[in-house]
Amino acid sequence: MDAVQYDFDTITIRDVSRSFGRRRALARVNLTCAAGEIVGLLGPNGAGKSTLLGIVSTLLAPTSGTVTYGAHTAREAGSALRARLGLLGHDLYLYPELSARENLLFFARLYAVPDPKVAVEHALAQALLSDRADDLVAGFSRGMRQRLALERALLHAPRLLLLDEPFTGLDDASGHALVARLAGLRATGRIVIVATHDLDIADGLVDRAVLLRGGRLTAIGGGGEGLRDRYRQAVETARTAEQAVRS
Amino acid sequence: MKRFFQVAWVIVRKDFTVEWRSREILYTTLFFAVSCVLVFAFALVREGRPMEDAAAGILWVAIAFAGTLALGRTFERERQSETLRALMLAPADRPAVYVGKLAGILLLLGAVEGLLVPLVGVLFDAPFWARPGWMLALLLTGTLGFASVGTLFAAMLVRARSRDVMLPVLLYPITVPVIIAGVRGTAALIQSTPDEPMARFWVSLLLFFDVVFVTLALWTFEPLMTE
Repeated sequence: MDAVQYDFDTITIRDVSRSFGRRRALARVNLTCAAGEIVGLLGPNGAGKSTLLGIVSTLLAPTSGTVTYGAHTAREAGSALRARLGLLGHDLYLYPELSARENLLFFARLYAVPDPKVAVEHALAQALLSDRADDLVAGFSRGMRQRLALERALLHAPRLLLLDEPFTGLDDASGHALVARLAGLRATGRIVIVATHDLDIADGLVDRAVLLRGGRLTAIGGGGEGLRDRYRQAVETARTAEQAVRS
Repeated sequence: MKRFFQVAWVIVRKDFTVEWRSREILYTTLFFAVSCVLVFAFALVREGRPMEDAAAGILWVAIAFAGTLALGRTFERERQSETLRALMLAPADRPAVYVGKLAGILLLLGAVEGLLVPLVGVLFDAPFWARPGWMLALLLTGTLGFASVGTLFAAMLVRARSRDVMLPVLLYPITVPVIIAGVRGTAALIQSTPDEPMARFWVSLLLFFDVVFVTLALWTFEPLMTE
């Protein structure tokens, strides 16, 4: 395994479609993201955001189209590529029967993180959970689990970080701490894709945003207005275009 | 290759820690297996004399039923927080995840058999340990054959809504040859004069099944688990 060889500074999603039986979740999606960029993936419920993150994370195979990480596809790079990906999904991928420390140690060893114990203590401190490190995750609030899950996704210093609703359950202070953390990741050349409905928080965070609606991806224009207004305009434009196609 | 086994070991250790803390699967599997054997004992042992050759069949039926329960519960844990997806994301060959889960289930079934074999031996007056080497070989190869297919199917069905029904429906038809070989081999060992050549034949057949099943499972695990 050579994670360094398969490191990348761009990710290109080209004509990616995905169907579940007769239902088409994604239709010819195209998107390119570069290192040092935070991209907001916005859209209504059921638009296909989680499906797209699933495909980019290599958990789902596209029905057609390709995703390339630098110069390689997931199939070419195999497990070495997965060492460069971090995913915080809707489900948090934590074992409730294990303590916070045990969870992080398990994932650190799974990802062959050098000096796992030191990395875990650092991650616990980042999640503000050092004093609860030996408590079972089953007893944690949603916000505490969310913070722990974020550190789980970042433990192996991934190049590409995929976040699906990362602000769920976080209190105000934790939400702002997460924004600062993501801004720090951007400064260190990570690629971050954030799927969120929390437009107010995303407004000050993302470098650009895209709208996924009915499986189709469109860019949300820049400009002086807030992200919420630009999002509404993009939804309206997409709706008008759909109606024009139908009629 | 070292990394492959490191990942498998990390998963086994995690499964062991979780199970040691709750002992949920061990206790439910043991309770189920012992209940099963007791029901057979009440039905088939009359005036202290068990039905001839019944012990071998009852032992393997109890192992198969208990194994199915253990397989379902083990993967139910990975489903609750979708942690199986996290395992699939690990930077390791995905078959290493399969080997880790398989090893965990083998350990669990080994513990169950540790109680089950003496219990069936006492209740059915069966000399399982007359030829301990062959008996151990039958248990090892038979359990591996059953668990190798079971682990693959249980992982495949982890997100299926009807997984509890589908697992035995898929598993039993394919593992019937393993169960039959286990029963026949065990029966050859517990008769009044143990038939070692016959036991050797069934162990060899079980080894053949193991090689085929484990190879197929390792080969198909990655494509089957990439949705």
